[in-house]
Amino acid sequence: MRVSLFITCYNDTLFPATGKAVVQVLERLGHTVVFPAGQTCCGQMHWNTGYQEEALPLLPRFVAQFKDAEAVVIPSSSCVAMMREHYVKMAQRIGDAQLIADVASLLPRVWEFSEFLTKKLGLEDVGAYFPHRVTYHASCHGLRSLGLGDGPAKLLRGVHGIQLVELKGLEQCCGFGGTFAVKNAEVSSAMLGEKVQAILNTQAELCTACDNSCLMHIEGALHRQRTGVRTMHLAEILAGSESGSEGTTT
Amino acid sequence: MSLITFDPARVPTFQVAAKDLLGDTQMRKNVRHATDVIQNKRRIVVDEMPDWQELRESGRQIKQHTLKHLDHYLEQFEANCTKAGGVVHWACDAAEARAIVVDLVRKSGSGEVIKIKSMTTEEIGLNTGLEAAGIKAYETDLAELIIQLGHDLPSHIVVPALHKNRQQIREIFKREMNLPDLGELPADLAEAARTFLREKFLRVKTGVSGANFLIAETGGVCVTESEGNGRMCLTLPETLITIAGIEKVIPRFRDLEVFLQLLPRSATGERMNPYNSIWTGVHPTDGPRAFHIVLMDNARTKILADEESRQTLYCIRCGACQNTCPVYRQTGGHAYGSVYAGPIGAILTPQLQDMHHGQSLPYASSLCGACYEVCPVKINIPEVLIHLRHKVVEQDTQGFGALNPEAMAMKAMAMLFTSERRFRAAQRLGRIAESPLVNKAGWVTWLPGLLGGWTQVRDLHEMPKQTFREWFEQRGANNGH
Repeated sequence: MRVSLFITCYNDTLFPATGKAVVQVLERLGHTVVFPAGQTCCGQMHWNTGYQEEALPLLPRFVAQFKDAEAVVIPSSSCVAMMREHYVKMAQRIGDAQLIADVASLLPRVWEFSEFLTKKLGLEDVGAYFPHRVTYHASCHGLRSLGLGDGPAKLLRGVHGIQLVELKGLEQCCGFGGTFAVKNAEVSSAMLGEKVQAILNTQAELCTACDNSCLMHIEGALHRQRTGVRTMHLAEILAGSESGSEGTTT
Repeated sequence: MSLITFDPARVPTFQVAAKDLLGDTQMRKNVRHATDVIQNKRRIVVDEMPDWQELRESGRQIKQHTLKHLDHYLEQFEANCTKAGGVVHWACDAAEARAIVVDLVRKSGSGEVIKIKSMTTEEIGLNTGLEAAGIKAYETDLAELIIQLGHDLPSHIVVPALHKNRQQIREIFKREMNLPDLGELPADLAEAARTFLREKFLRVKTGVSGANFLIAETGGVCVTESEGNGRMCLTLPETLITIAGIEKVIPRFRDLEVFLQLLPRSATGERMNPYNSIWTGVHPTDGPRAFHIVLMDNARTKILADEESRQTLYCIRCGACQNTCPVYRQTGGHAYGSVYAGPIGAILTPQLQDMHHGQSLPYASSLCGACYEVCPVKINIPEVLIHLRHKVVEQDTQGFGALNPEAMAMKAMAMLFTSERRFRAAQRLGRIAESPLVNKAGWVTWLPGLLGGWTQVRDLHEMPKQTFREWFEQRGANNGH
């Protein structure tokens, strides 16, 4: 399949290793990855913070880049949630009939990375090898907006050599919440404190998720507290192989 | 004793209040414990329901339908209640509602009232209004009694004293009821409250209540509770005065079938409320001789007029969103500066107060969606929060407001995202701008200005030397594409 990758603005800038891993996994599975160069941002930060007018122009931009894609894969649940929950409304607000039609036709072809593997391709074992003790954090958007369920956990259980440990309080938000993390830094850090404690209790070497946004927040505290526990996007674990992985080097 | 209310003009913003409250480790422990207990009970009685999602949808549809025809159902309620011997009063706002109640209490010939737990009366600061008129109000709900005797404020809509533990409650009772030898078992505390309250039930001639549901078809009023103290207030006084927001009306008696399943399971994790009282007007041989009901707007029609946020009015005040909210879990209810705390408070309070709390409350959420998931009438709270944030930004960026640092930064970033060339340039510039802040190990531990909140408790790894798109293009070139 010809897969169009929407990398997202922060993965592009801050987490290129995740993008490399996505490419690696998809190519290993025999798919072709294309990267429309005009892509930038889905508009989530602006929209969710109240700057809706600023977010609007990003919709026609996204549609123009991806409307002919066979499948759009995005390694971020929250960006996919942004699209599924708000793009129809945004298109209606812009009021362009063609755009409204394009959004309606494009959205069913938009997949979060893990759900593309489990739901679209029907895979659980993607041939990965990762001999580490790992715990999985379910991001709120993945859990509630996308209904990923145990899809990501199935993929992780399919990884050879992995020791997967369940995280207590899986349904509880880590406290990131986009601009919430700086606007309400104290409350955000109190929420993060509980999450970090739960992660440490698993004695995992690293914590994974389908969202680098949560992971950046969690990693920030794990590093500040010198816990020695790392974070890594799910794609980077799935890119791991017996012959070594370029995807896991940051 | 001076009664306290949440005065919108004086309460601090959520950020400021939350910062203080996070230091109260006892309160945080109490809130975590109480919300965990209620949530676990709720989970059991919700999971056992095969048709829970259908019930939620029914609840939502009944509310949606009723609000669409609110004028019709309110008039129907008024006609039927009047026919049954009740007296219906209408109040535009809190001040008018207080004045009506004060007047009614005076006319009842009583200088004191017994009260059923009612968040609507808290919303309008009724106790303060009564006190100013020389009328003494006694709260009879156990939690509200604890709040009143403790000179405190409610922190939860179902369990107003949720932030207090048993030992703290014992201290309040010992002091305020003059019981130096009071034990600390639940039975000891319940007995103390019972003795304290029973005397009021038997003496006070006027009762004040809120309402869970107003039934248009019959003119009946429904109150659900756990303790039976409400039943005392509804049956023993000679005069009963009920205050209800106009959104509390439902069309038919049979609609209670839906709500009396949704409410107790969501609120207290019970299959059924121990006391469900429904009364219709007055009856010659039973209950109060006079029944008055004050139907209050107090900004509800404004909320109704806003298509995107009118779902706020579906709320049946179960408190499930508060129990599940990870923000409320940390701060407790007082941080919200309103009787309506937690997620529902974050959307309801700003709308009730002309967006007075708009600056802080719609942002008091990580948008995790746990509230929407448990809401028995499917209020999409995150959606309403985002809508209110948009309203706040529209208000704040008028005129010179457009020059505030956040608005400037947001507009600048939006400029970057609308051009691939500008976006690439910003990625390069970002690396350069960040470089003085990166330590030898490759981490940023301090950030300036608005971003300082990040590095208060978190490090940030340095920006990678190459963006993904640079890598992808380079790889394509190397592969000869």
